[in-house]
Amino acid sequence: MAGEPWRGVVALLELNGVVKVFNRGNVNEKVALDGVSLNLVPGEVVTIIGSNGAGKSTLLNVIAGVYEIDAGTIKIEGREVQREPEHVRSGYIGRVFQDPALGTAASMTIEENLAMACRRGKPRGLRRGITREERELFRRRLSLLGLGLEGRLTTKVGLLSGGQRQALTVLMATISSPKLLLLDEHTAALDPKTAVTVLALTERVIRENNLTTLMVTHNMEQALKIGTRTIMMHEGRIILDISGAERKHVTVGDLLKMFEQVSGNTFNTDRVLLTRSF
Amino acid sequence: MPFDVVRGVLEQGLLWAPMVLGVYVTFRVLNYADLTVDGSFTLGAAIAARLIFAGGDPWLGTLLALAAGGVAGAVTGLLHTHLKIPALLSGILTMIALYSVNLRIMGRANLSLLRAETIFTDAARWLTPGIAALLLSFAFVVVVLVMLYAFLQTELGMAVRATGDNEQMIRSLGVNTGTMKVIGLSLGNALCALSGALVGQFQKFADIQMGIGMIIIGLASVIIGEVLCGAPTVWRALLAVVVGSIIYRAVVSLVLSLGLAPTDLKLLTAAIVTLALAFPVLRRHFGWRTLARGGSAAGIERRG
Repeated sequence: MAGEPWRGVVALLELNGVVKVFNRGNVNEKVALDGVSLNLVPGEVVTIIGSNGAGKSTLLNVIAGVYEIDAGTIKIEGREVQREPEHVRSGYIGRVFQDPALGTAASMTIEENLAMACRRGKPRGLRRGITREERELFRRRLSLLGLGLEGRLTTKVGLLSGGQRQALTVLMATISSPKLLLLDEHTAALDPKTAVTVLALTERVIRENNLTTLMVTHNMEQALKIGTRTIMMHEGRIILDISGAERKHVTVGDLLKMFEQVSGNTFNTDRVLLTRSF
Repeated sequence: MPFDVVRGVLEQGLLWAPMVLGVYVTFRVLNYADLTVDGSFTLGAAIAARLIFAGGDPWLGTLLALAAGGVAGAVTGLLHTHLKIPALLSGILTMIALYSVNLRIMGRANLSLLRAETIFTDAARWLTPGIAALLLSFAFVVVVLVMLYAFLQTELGMAVRATGDNEQMIRSLGVNTGTMKVIGLSLGNALCALSGALVGQFQKFADIQMGIGMIIIGLASVIIGEVLCGAPTVWRALLAVVVGSIIYRAVVSLVLSLGLAPTDLKLLTAAIVTLALAFPVLRRHFGWRTLARGGSAAGIERRG
């Protein structure tokens, strides 16, 4: 069904038999993605779970163009993009990383960071880097965060806390309405309270902009609560894909049981086990 | 201090300021230790001197020097970004290649411009005698400062700054960081070559050896400026660099007057830079409190 209408709409993201092998032909050879196929309709919000080394981050990275794939195709709105370099794909894909330091330029001001995000996918020339109207827009958007950043447009981002930086990164990733949003455990490095704030902000911008989203998380509770569909990965393959009514009745306990059935393994990640008690 | 000494220090500081600004662009803004500058400084002097020697227009020579420096920087950038040669080695390769290029341009190891028409002899005709060179070099620095500041505030300039700060981040915003590095290196080396052209014309000769150690002089000046003035904003950072260039020349003038042999100067400069770069380690080791005021946390972090 390559690029064909699917469930009545063209898939926004379509992966077909994607393979990624690290250190091929070497003793350290590792099949990170083992023929992954996945379709996302526009506006779909999908959470991805799986133990360490399951290929979750690699999946996001091959979609973003950080790694070239060894086989398969990646299509965005029906167009093959697997040959496009990372910076070209970044023109229509927004990303938030786990490390708050990775998403912002520390030595530059809040308004400069946002202005660069506004120019996602546009050629950059010798025009003024920030316009007056943009400053107004930034103030409005920042005031919605409730972090008091709207009054600190010329503060260097390096002086902000991790949570503030991550909230800013979420805003930067979405301010130019990308076609696809990739979140790679973007609340994992934050303290629990800040994580809740950033997650609420993320849900709101996704909803307001109707963004198609792939979100990797270690928190199973979160994976089931957010979005409309949950995917479980194991050893480079998608082993579970639940959505709709089926997903509504699933608990974290069910999810762990399903994992054990499908993979024949116990879900043995400390971080995941911790979330069991929730 | 006699007026002559002050004037000399200011002249030297301002003539070398574009080079220091160039090193600031590559080393601080782009976070790239670029050794091309040793070659591009001489390149600027060689081109201007050769053209003037042949009876050409000194202003045109200065402009050509600027352009050639830009090309030299772009070569280093392309070696690094397209041929994947490590940053340090790319700069060294271009620097070594420029040694031959510069000899070709000059046709010999040094060119004298005695009695030739330079931008300084030209300026002496319509500026106050005695301080004509000072005023002209000041004018150059003001123009370079304003233009560089304006560039760093443009979309492109901001993308270059972000490339030096966080490559991953600006790439995830759709910027080709390779291109930004080429632009930054080109800009930095254009400024170095401009400085070379000014210095060559001022001292009325160009010499194949004149660029040796430029990177270290540039670094010493940048660091002195940052420590003394701080760099909380881009504008303040640029001003600090110019102040650093002048203070460096004052220090040189002082130690020479105290009897240091001119041949020991490079050793002293290397020692200053070593101390400045090792400062974070030394501070930890001896438990010193921080000395620098201003200066962003990120700046200190990057320095460390």
